[in-house]
Amino acid sequence: MNNTAATVLVTIALLVTAVAATGAVLAREPARQAAALAVSGLALAFLFAVLQAPDVALSELAVGTAVTPLLILLTVRKVRRGRERDR
Amino acid sequence: MTKAWRLGLFGVAAAVLAGWWAAACVGLPGFGGQVHPYGERAVGASLERHTANVIASVNFDQRAFDTLGEESILFASVLGATMLLRVARDERRQRPLAARVMPSTRLFGAVLLPVTLLTGAYVVAHGQLSPGGGFQGGVVLATGLHLAYIAADYRVLERVRPLTVLDVADAAAAAAFTVLGLVGLVAGASYLSNTLPLGTFGELASGGLVPIINAAVGIEVASGVIVLLARFLDQAVEVGGGPGDGGSRTAGKEDGG
Repeated sequence: MNNTAATVLVTIALLVTAVAATGAVLAREPARQAAALAVSGLALAFLFAVLQAPDVALSELAVGTAVTPLLILLTVRKVRRGRERDR
Repeated sequence: MTKAWRLGLFGVAAAVLAGWWAAACVGLPGFGGQVHPYGERAVGASLERHTANVIASVNFDQRAFDTLGEESILFASVLGATMLLRVARDERRQRPLAARVMPSTRLFGAVLLPVTLLTGAYVVAHGQLSPGGGFQGGVVLATGLHLAYIAADYRVLERVRPLTVLDVADAAAAAAFTVLGLVGLVAGASYLSNTLPLGTFGELASGGLVPIINAAVGIEVASGVIVLLARFLDQAVEVGGGPGDGGSRTAGKEDGG
């Protein structure tokens, strides 16, 4: 990969990451936030892969796009179920 | 303290921090430069110890003590989640119902479950050779197992997930990391230093202590994440009643509903 191509890829990855992270911050509804967080994790994994850090990319992919959003979604489900029973 | 005071204090602190931070950034080497003093030393040390994946060498050999701290953090958080999410006295556990699953979903899960577990085991086993390792492979193993929940139902997941065994495996693997560090002391070197036979570069059994600690981390992360997810899943699927569930009237209203 020559230098210009690398610079273009890194720039794209940085922009995608910034957009995805802003989306995750702006999403106010927790379930939607979990999905936005997963997208943001995917963007970060792409950024790390482009920056030639495959080990960190794999960690981010596994934790940021799978485990963390899953834990948030499960918590949301538990809270909602309790609230429905209240009504 | 009034709002204006607080803003003023923040403004002064932020200005000072911004000044020092900008001054520090000016001294940094340029992005993507040709000179990497730390990288060159890390690669040299890694090659010397016959570890093909330099990152694994940094994590489990050159900076093994830092990794020990990180693994202890994971272990402590699993322990904390287990304590907090235990079934309280006024909660009750309901048997989850058997669920109907589309045949295509069932087929998808049945085919992909073994493939995912094999991938996870591969990533753990080749940690000292290629990108990945105990942490990454462990998370793949743990999340892959939950395909059983997607392809079947919660009862099947409970059957393929022996929590008592995994609890013990998590603790034993975390302890194994600590104990493996003593190998260095026994050999007359420092704690966690890599004194085992180094093997042939690029072979599965190379890198001395690295693949062994890597495997311990793989077991700890895989069982730890399964246990962690199990506590959350139990709460979401099985456990009902108690203050965390039916009685959270005010808490539920407060966050806007």
